[in-house]
Amino acid sequence: MNALPGLRAALVSLLLFAVFIAIWAFATQDTGQIADMDPEYAKLMGATATSGASAMPGPGDVAAKIWEHLSNPFYDNGPNDKGLGIQLAYSIARVLTGYLLALVVAVPFGFLIGMSPLMSRALDPYIQILKPISPLAWMPLALYTIKDSNLSAIFVIFICSIWPMLINTVFGVASVRREWLNVARTLEVPGWKRALTVILPAAAPTILTGMRISIGIAWLVIVAAEMLVGGTGIGYFVWNEWNNLSITNVIVAIFFIGLVGMVLDQILARLTRLVTFPE
Amino acid sequence: MAKLISIEGIAKRYPAKGGGQTTIFEDMWLSVEKGEFVCVIGHSGCGKTTVLNILAGLDRPSEGTVIVDGQEISGPALDRAVIFQGHALLPWLSVMGNVAYAVEARHRGWTKAHIREHAQKFIDLVGLTGSEHKKPAELSGGMKQRVGIARALSIEPKMLLMDEPFSALDALTRGTLQDEVRRICLETEQTVFMITHDVDEAIYLADRIVLMSNGPGARIAETVINPLPAGRDRNSFHKHPDYYPVRTHLLDFLITRSKNFRDVPDWNSRSVPEIRFGPLPAPPRRAGA
Repeated sequence: MNALPGLRAALVSLLLFAVFIAIWAFATQDTGQIADMDPEYAKLMGATATSGASAMPGPGDVAAKIWEHLSNPFYDNGPNDKGLGIQLAYSIARVLTGYLLALVVAVPFGFLIGMSPLMSRALDPYIQILKPISPLAWMPLALYTIKDSNLSAIFVIFICSIWPMLINTVFGVASVRREWLNVARTLEVPGWKRALTVILPAAAPTILTGMRISIGIAWLVIVAAEMLVGGTGIGYFVWNEWNNLSITNVIVAIFFIGLVGMVLDQILARLTRLVTFPE
Repeated sequence: MAKLISIEGIAKRYPAKGGGQTTIFEDMWLSVEKGEFVCVIGHSGCGKTTVLNILAGLDRPSEGTVIVDGQEISGPALDRAVIFQGHALLPWLSVMGNVAYAVEARHRGWTKAHIREHAQKFIDLVGLTGSEHKKPAELSGGMKQRVGIARALSIEPKMLLMDEPFSALDALTRGTLQDEVRRICLETEQTVFMITHDVDEAIYLADRIVLMSNGPGARIAETVINPLPAGRDRNSFHKHPDYYPVRTHLLDFLITRSKNFRDVPDWNSRSVPEIRFGPLPAPPRRAGA
């Protein structure tokens, strides 16, 4: 009872994990031969019929597969057989390229729009229309104009991560407290320096929150985009393994997609905490 | 004494809702001498904060002009420091960072060490030695306002503009800070233009008290020369024979005359009545009249 709350939460987490694994193992266990049949016929039917093996892999199969991937993550046996590490690296590289491009565009533009009430209002309808468009809807247009599947995927990441960053930058810049700006004005701080020393730190928490939303969306979208464009990446891997009917690999991929997404989110959460100031 | 500020016929008008204009205040003339401590008292809505913002250069008058040290003001400038009502510290900077920010703006080209040394002097002056690395959120209200005062003083301005600087503080803290501000202003012979709605604060701090009538269409109704000696101190100033007459006079103004103030015949906004107390021959419109 006097254990640290963190420790108790961790214990409950472990317990829940054990329960989940147990249910999973129980649901996928062998049920024994389901019917008397000609041994010749049973051989043709495979393990599903002879020992009642589930078509769904059990936790042991998945764990073994994860270990297999972890022990050799970067092998490359040709276009359709690359290590999970390589596939994830492709996806992360695409996400980061598109995301950083969006960052470079969104933050300066957001600054300019946020500092001008006229531009905020004039551009608002466009942003409102463009924001809810599913990024994948841009894919045909991107493929048609860019004519390169890899660049198209990066473009899709760019277009989906730009909106939260742009909107949050505009909002953060526009809602900087008037009195902070007045302090800088009475000290005759020039305009560009005011933007760097007052507006930027004041809006930083809001901008970083936008960046965190964006990285989450970008990581969601890359899987779908790679299923469409094919070739490389974790999204392509998932689809390829589905075509191979390797459900074990699909589950392993799902696990790693979650893991990478969590790491990306946590990095941004840390950065947000760094720039957040208490008032 | 030399004239430092000259407010010359300023007015502030806004477009009214149904067409036409709303006049917040108009035809305001006032001059402040070097080293003088002037307090402005008036009800909310009479535009006192707007007057201060115009002096700071953060706002522009619709009419008239303000001359500071022989020059018409055209915007904010480092010769006029503002102490804001809500302290207005930059919350992501430490105490040192906030003061150093002002010093750096004042003395571009100074080295980091020089800036810190100068800032430290003013942090010590307001009694915050040892709290240099704290963030504003870790400070009490009174300490925050001390940082605001240190920041304003650190640029060594020709004049200090204070917008109800103590109104958000509890009574005890307010008293201590008033003492400090009075001590610092006397030591540095600072010219101060301060807005308040606290009559006692005005009597304790000011050399001259400016009374504004109610808005819209507010004006300076009169100025009161504070009869209390320059060497007044907190423990005894309320026992001065002229303390109650002045206090009554100011309260009377706020309660009744600020409302009923209307143009009197031959009203001259360029020389409003100047009320004196004590041994000086008192004008006919004396306290309680």
